[in-house]
Amino acid sequence: MTLLKNKIFKNKPLIVLVVTCIIIALLNNRFLTSGNILTVLRQTSINAVIATGMLFVILTGGIDLSVGSVLGFCGAIAAFMVSSGFNVIIVVLLTLMLGIIIGLGNGLLITAGRLQPFIATLGTVTLLRGIILVFTQGKPIKLGNTPKSEIFSKIGTGFLGPIPIPVYIMILIFIIAFYILTHTRIGRYIYATGSNEEATLYSGIKTDKVKLFVYAFSGMMAALAGILITARLGSAQPTAGGGYELDAIAAVVLGGTSMAGGIGTIAGTAVGALIIGILNNALNLMQVSSYYQDVAKGLVILIAVLLDRKQKSSR
Amino acid sequence: MNDIVVSMKNINKNFSGIKVLKNVNLNIYKGNVMALIGENGAGKSTLMKILTGVYLKTDGEIYLNGNEVNFNDTRSSQEAKISIIHQELNLINDLSIGENIFLGREPVSSSGRILWNVLFENTKPFLQKLGLNEDPKEIVKNISVGKQQLVEIAKSLSTDAQVIIMDEPTGALTPAETKKLFQVINELKNEGKSIVYISHRLKEIFEICDDVTILRDGETIGEFPINELSEDSIIEMMVGRKLSEQYPKVETKIGNEILKVENLSNKFVNDVSFSLNKGETLGVAGLMGASRTELMRTIYGIYSYVNGEIYIDNNKVKINSPMDALNAGIAYVTEDRKSNGIITGMNIKENITLSSLKNFRGKFGFLNKSKEEDESVSYMKNMSVKATGTEQLLKFLSGGNQQKVSIAKCLMTNPKILIMDEPTRGVDVGAKKEIYDLINKFKKDGMSIIVVSSDIPEILGICDRIMVMHEGHVSGFLDMKNATQENIMTLAVGKEVHPNDIA
Repeated sequence: MTLLKNKIFKNKPLIVLVVTCIIIALLNNRFLTSGNILTVLRQTSINAVIATGMLFVILTGGIDLSVGSVLGFCGAIAAFMVSSGFNVIIVVLLTLMLGIIIGLGNGLLITAGRLQPFIATLGTVTLLRGIILVFTQGKPIKLGNTPKSEIFSKIGTGFLGPIPIPVYIMILIFIIAFYILTHTRIGRYIYATGSNEEATLYSGIKTDKVKLFVYAFSGMMAALAGILITARLGSAQPTAGGGYELDAIAAVVLGGTSMAGGIGTIAGTAVGALIIGILNNALNLMQVSSYYQDVAKGLVILIAVLLDRKQKSSR
Repeated sequence: MNDIVVSMKNINKNFSGIKVLKNVNLNIYKGNVMALIGENGAGKSTLMKILTGVYLKTDGEIYLNGNEVNFNDTRSSQEAKISIIHQELNLINDLSIGENIFLGREPVSSSGRILWNVLFENTKPFLQKLGLNEDPKEIVKNISVGKQQLVEIAKSLSTDAQVIIMDEPTGALTPAETKKLFQVINELKNEGKSIVYISHRLKEIFEICDDVTILRDGETIGEFPINELSEDSIIEMMVGRKLSEQYPKVETKIGNEILKVENLSNKFVNDVSFSLNKGETLGVAGLMGASRTELMRTIYGIYSYVNGEIYIDNNKVKINSPMDALNAGIAYVTEDRKSNGIITGMNIKENITLSSLKNFRGKFGFLNKSKEEDESVSYMKNMSVKATGTEQLLKFLSGGNQQKVSIAKCLMTNPKILIMDEPTRGVDVGAKKEIYDLINKFKKDGMSIIVVSSDIPEILGICDRIMVMHEGHVSGFLDMKNATQENIMTLAVGKEVHPNDIA
């Protein structure tokens, strides 16, 4: 009985996804072409990568508002390094490392500094945005036209067979996140911390370390998204990533994750990210004005989440 | 016989197709105290939730003063002057006593301004009645849990309720507070009010109740005047079978010293020293505020200690976290299961293995899930946890089964020393016996156990030696020759036991 219930409940976001796809396909015949589907997947990949990091944080009962500015900051540093002639692999590793360090900083503010996650990461947002502007002088950083910058650009623009490279990266991240969450100790501790932090602590688990891990992971995912977006655009915009945290949170919540922590899956988050990606794509295809796009997106998110709550709170 | 105020007839309640109440009857008489008893899961709370409008009955009738009524929400039940005092406190910690008592019913002026002076003046008589010497302006979180319970009762009195349901009202009260509560109950009776009294403490039932209604597995076993019953007959009807000796104590060989605590001090405890031997069960008794739980938490690494030493097997250890404690061989079954013992949103398997996940390393550092499943199943079997399987969520288990899972989690770490804090609180009579049997089994296996309990008969029944605490320090030790209820209480209130008093 509970098993069956669980199955239906877990597939709930999937139902929303399928229904959305059917409606859009009926409204626009270009939606279901293979070219467009690959475009949707590529556009989704950036939000999906950030949302995966966000899922980890939200599962522990926290929130990371800084992902958008971490993306902007790390993207700018990566662009600077590429344009200065660094080796591409070194650039990627150093950028990811930078994301981890910023994430650890968030984590330390929350654990050692005992700040609310919302407040701590809100502070980081403003701080990083300021640093980006100081660092870039408000101007985009171009990758340049060196062989190295071309290799770097491939990360965002290249294809392997018919499929864009960012899509492979997204799938790889999903698989890694799935294994961490379901098949490792730290994954179990993440759920336990979000479900009942005190009981987890009493069970001999250092919940502070669990939190450091999730914020570091979220920072790394944001840095990866920064690499993807910089490589895609061929330059780092100082304003890049503004508002991305909201899309990531929306994807996680659409995927059935509880903001209180302890409940949520990577599959749900993947579906949530796809729903948002598809909405963006469809509204563009149908040439809806960008003002109305936000209205439509907001409404769909609210309706989907409301449906989910209704289901959960039935007495 | 007094008039019937409330009569619940043939009440049925289904939850998603499962019958939890089957034709249950309950009568509440004017000016009487009706005890409602049964094991956990017998349906007491569900029945009371139907009476207070939290749940809707599937069918059956409720009569109030002879007229049929339907309580579709809590408000309609409140308007019928039925009030409930929950086991879990429902006070708002950051508000004052007076604000809590009149929450939602504040006296206001014609312009809508709250008349604070009137509110706090109106609070005083209720506090006086309950013998609660606190300022009505005192913030609730600054008073003891026992006093908070009394505030909850005052709140109920202030609604002019005619029927008051008390769910385990003495769980957090000291003996003196309990006595005061019983005086108040008697006064309420004399005023013609009716009380439903839910408790696992049979002694209290005999002291304060007039009649008893017994539930078992969602059915009414019967209604009896209290003077027709004995403790044994009540227990038999509650569990549906005869209980063999309630505390089946086994004698084991007590070995060498395994734990020594010397001069331990922090902000909760003061210069505590004691030792524990292999195979021994040490009881820790004391009143609320004796800091027994705080001492255990200090030894387990939740609180730090400034002075003192802890030795295990004669080796000095420094315990800074529960992880250190577990590594040193100390496991702790917590007092407050729901807040720090188990994770209700996770399943049985995940709970049992939580403290010992590092023993389930498989390929590439991934969890060995089949080993995890197998060991969880075997622990479930050994502890006779009743559930549909290892995947069942803890929130769907009864208190007794949750407690067994909490104990299983500790056992899986292979502890040398098992600390059990109130191991049978909120656990029904049948499961209590099972937990005592488990303790005996652990003893036979050579484990050393510390049992903290407020239930003195329990401590006398299962321990080899008793340490009594009073306000953060040890007030004395009793061995089984001189352990009596009187001696324990004497030490617990901080007096010395005179050698001549020892029988």
